[in-house]
Amino acid sequence: MNELVPTHETGSASLAEPLWKIRWKLIRRGIAQNWEIFKESRIGMLGIILIIAFGIFGAMWPIMINTVWDPMVYDPVVGFDPMTMHPSPPSATHLFGTDPIGRDILAQLMYSTGREFLLGVLSAVITVVIGTAVGTAAAYYGGFIDTFFMRIADIILLFPFIPLLVVIGSMVRLSFLPFAVIMGVLGGFGGITIILKAQALSVSVRPYIDAARIAGGSDFHIIVSHIIPNVLPLSFLYMMFSVTSAILSEATLSFFGVLNIDMSWGMMIHTADVAGYLFDFAKYWWLWAPAGLAITLFCAAFYMVGRGLDEVVNPRLRKR
Amino acid sequence: MTLPTATESKDVILEVCNLSKYYPVNQSFFSGKKALLHAVDNVSFQVNRGEVLGLVGESGCGKTTTGRLIVRLATPTSGRILIENTDVADIKGQGMMEFRQKVQMIFQDPYESLDPRMTIFDIVAEPLNVNGIGTFEEREAQVEEMLNLVGLAPPSAFLFRFPHELSGGQRQRVAIARALVVRPSFVVADEPTSMLDVSIRTGIMKLMAQLREDLGISYLYITHDLAVARYLCDRIAVMYLGQIVELGDSEDIVKKPVHPYTKALISAVPVPDPAIERPIPNIKGGVSKPIDPKPRCRFYDRCPESESSCAEAKNPELRDIGGGHLVACHLL
Repeated sequence: MNELVPTHETGSASLAEPLWKIRWKLIRRGIAQNWEIFKESRIGMLGIILIIAFGIFGAMWPIMINTVWDPMVYDPVVGFDPMTMHPSPPSATHLFGTDPIGRDILAQLMYSTGREFLLGVLSAVITVVIGTAVGTAAAYYGGFIDTFFMRIADIILLFPFIPLLVVIGSMVRLSFLPFAVIMGVLGGFGGITIILKAQALSVSVRPYIDAARIAGGSDFHIIVSHIIPNVLPLSFLYMMFSVTSAILSEATLSFFGVLNIDMSWGMMIHTADVAGYLFDFAKYWWLWAPAGLAITLFCAAFYMVGRGLDEVVNPRLRKR
Repeated sequence: MTLPTATESKDVILEVCNLSKYYPVNQSFFSGKKALLHAVDNVSFQVNRGEVLGLVGESGCGKTTTGRLIVRLATPTSGRILIENTDVADIKGQGMMEFRQKVQMIFQDPYESLDPRMTIFDIVAEPLNVNGIGTFEEREAQVEEMLNLVGLAPPSAFLFRFPHELSGGQRQRVAIARALVVRPSFVVADEPTSMLDVSIRTGIMKLMAQLREDLGISYLYITHDLAVARYLCDRIAVMYLGQIVELGDSEDIVKKPVHPYTKALISAVPVPDPAIERPIPNIKGGVSKPIDPKPRCRFYDRCPESESSCAEAKNPELRDIGGGHLVACHLL
């Protein structure tokens, strides 16, 4: 704390350090304090460890394919191992076995990890940016804007979008990026808007908003420098939950085979399914278990981080 | 209503004429009949330059609403507010920026009126930032000067702290510094000491009196505490159910109250001596609701001195009973 205080004498009009340096220190201190609270949540730490593990797993893909693995055999999409019958159970050459058309399961799993990260984070960021902006505007301006966006949120919340996307997907075959954007936008105008609007509403009636208005702040100034900073912790929390929902939707739609994605965890199960191996799922467990477990753990990891962040954002949940 | 005319020699900074603010309330869910809550009803007063006018009254009598109307946090239903002879309602665009620098407000709750995510420097500099006053170095110098002035010294020890690291009294000093950093000529102080400890309260009151001397600021000081009003204010206006019932010099109001309500209010002030037997305030009942009030004297139902003529008579207007002492009562 004390190292932040500039050491000059009273009344002189110069700070000991440039302002950005002080601000940077304040931000670092804030993060450090929040990290202390976060660390106390066991579930949150477990989530962080899982995410780091997935990160390392995904980062190993380019290393493995460029050094150890032969791209002809181990390519997740077009690879084929002519040495065995397919699908082959786990062995020394294929640690997690191969799929019905001779591709290595472990390679597929690794290759997909990075893309799941990209999909989840991209769609979560879109969700949160839209949700925060729309929720804040609806809370601050009220009236028509509020009614309009809240009705849209109700529709999105109540409408069964997975079946709809199955139908749309079978017509247009969404590829990876458009799908991430659609999930992000749907999420952004959906339930998260209502939650963030509620938070923005409670912020916008605080006396410091009146104080900012009396200081001469415009609506834009009040929204950007007072309401949004006070809503942002909650936005960040819901970003974690959005990752989970985006990944789950992707897995579901990939399983139905309506996405134009070459490889993903959902695709892996889809491949096993269309080849008919899921009828004897206990015998051919390596076709679906690794991918299913990956989806479950990945979603759980972000959910658990969200639960940990919840304790940082809502002081009432803290143990002490 | 005849306006209480100020002596022409004095420089009037704020003039409030027949100010009213009604809020619609739904009395019953099914009837759909709209009733009006008369928060502020036909209030007129003036504040001279360099003067402190105290606005005293119990909870819900419309003091805070009056203050919010003056700083344009709410729009009046009718009536005019003139600040330095410009109608507040007409101010637009560039004039708004000047108005925001001229008129500031200090809030009641220092725990809620400072943004918890901003540092003290950002909070105090905000009025300068949004109005684009000065370069960064000038703003910084001004903020430090202001913090010194409100007794937060050395400023460097406070600049980059967050509000939650400060005590209630220090926060209220920050709030005062923020209000005064643009050098306003008029400040609405909405019970700035009511949320503070008694021990800190005096310090803040002394500070406000000192700043008034140093910077030549006029205050509208809203409070429910007559002792505070007597200490700080030159004149006191007593409000009851949205109307001013008595207005006059502080000492006059405290020593020679005329209106029955003011008398009751003064007799309720605690005296720090257990030997003194205080008269029991002889007003009846509780505060009536200011929803669609009857057109007679607002205090009639509770007045200990009311006569039968009061029931039929219209709402009394403020009358001068000499020496700028205004009272709204039929019995004088």
